Amino acid sequence: MAARAPTGAKKFRAFINSVPVSVALYLLVIGTIIWSAYSGAQSMGYNWQWYRMPQYFYTLTDDGFQWGEIMIGLVKTIQLSVTAFFFATVLGLLVALLRLSGLVIGTAVAVAFLEFVRNMPILVLLYLFYYVLGPVFKLDRYTASVMCLAVFHAALISEIFRAGINAVPKGQWEGATSIGMSKGQAYRYIVLPQSVKFMLPPMTGEVVHLIKSSAIVSVIAVAELTTIGRNLISDTYMSFEIWFTIAAVYMVVTLALSIGVSRLEKKYAVQT
Amino acid sequence: MVQNDTMISVSKVDKFYDDFQALTDVSLTVKQGERVVICGPSGSGKSTLIRCFNGLEFHNAGTIVIDGIEVEEGSKGLRKLRQEVGMVFQQFNLFPHLTILENLTIGPMKVQKISKAEAEKRARTYLERVHIPEQADKYPAQLSGGQQQRVAIARSLCMQTRIMLFDEPTSALDPEMINEVLDVMVELASTGITMVCVTHEMGFARKVADTMVFMEAGRIVETAPPEKFFTNPESERCKMFLSQILDH
Repeated sequence: MAARAPTGAKKFRAFINSVPVSVALYLLVIGTIIWSAYSGAQSMGYNWQWYRMPQYFYTLTDDGFQWGEIMIGLVKTIQLSVTAFFFATVLGLLVALLRLSGLVIGTAVAVAFLEFVRNMPILVLLYLFYYVLGPVFKLDRYTASVMCLAVFHAALISEIFRAGINAVPKGQWEGATSIGMSKGQAYRYIVLPQSVKFMLPPMTGEVVHLIKSSAIVSVIAVAELTTIGRNLISDTYMSFEIWFTIAAVYMVVTLALSIGVSRLEKKYAVQT
Repeated sequence: MVQNDTMISVSKVDKFYDDFQALTDVSLTVKQGERVVICGPSGSGKSTLIRCFNGLEFHNAGTIVIDGIEVEEGSKGLRKLRQEVGMVFQQFNLFPHLTILENLTIGPMKVQKISKAEAEKRARTYLERVHIPEQADKYPAQLSGGQQQRVAIARSLCMQTRIMLFDEPTSALDPEMINEVLDVMVELASTGITMVCVTHEMGFARKVADTMVFMEAGRIVETAPPEKFFTNPESERCKMFLSQILDH
């Protein structure tokens, strides 16, 4: 009896894992979720109007081809994210180098920055930039948004840099030092190039995180994807269709990014 | 002046790691072209001593003067000094993201600012010297341990060093690869470069050393020419050490 039990469990596992059963189960789970959402909407008398959605992506009229509002919002989201990511990386590297500098004051400044940012809700940080620093330094809402996102993610990125740099063996520093390289040269030619492979996976996660958290700037009405969604809903009242669509657009962008980078990683892994 | 002949001058050096004293009152003089082999039980401070010679570690008391430059933390001469003093490590410490050729050229190009063509020419000369010119375009991970260590020796030589320090260069190697590295070191010794070598390879020591140094517990216990060192060492501790590593 004892010997038969595992074979039974094994058979059951093989049955569950077989392609037709897997597909059927998957469809069942997804179908249940969609059906319950749909029937819920039905029971509250929701009037689905999916046919009205394409115009928000693009329109093709006698005037010719035109991008719709969602696409314009998406471009703004990407522009915002790319700019913020650029500054976050620069600032993050600076903070990481300060922290690793071995100078007491450098470490203190870096840790203070980290703790300040990490223990603050991003929404409050955004209000600080827009309502406090904004009037003081004459920042428009877009600049305030970029700065808020950059500062918030710089803290997280600096930790990625620090971990990546620390993952390079100490012997590499000694090798570089022993041929007369300065600390800066050792970082630039020896240590940072090697830490890239340690940093790429968490960095991708961070970009995805940044794109998602860029939605927060809709509270100060920067015309990015989420703001566009809110505006469209106040015009059309199609909240279900529009939020589903906005969610899907975010997912397409972030998934494409993750898949692209994991391809890149594989290429990298083969090369060295 | 006798002073001009002196390459390395160590005087009354102490070194601490927190409360642990790694070196105690160490004094040593190495003349130009002299080949010194340092041996002793593990933890006796051999590696620490030679790591102090090029400022990978810094001593806490006494003075170390290398080729007229005093080794001091944060001193301006330090980088110049490191270019003159090559170091070969137990774990090779090659740069894994660079090809063999790039490993050899990056120092001369970035530190000494010579042209790429000149650096490559120099690199190929030294690869020839360590008998692996055909490996120039491979990555370190594609080479055997013995080959990697020979690349490491070539990398140091590419800086046109006047002093070579070896920190147990064969300890991490498989037995069948030790000889190929030692052969290169013997050839190097015959070029007249100043060498300080921490090693347990007594056959090699007998062959090339002008001076043997025996260390224990952070002190230099005995300094003698190899003939005397191997046949008639003065200290009991040294006799015991030799009998332990030689009698097999």
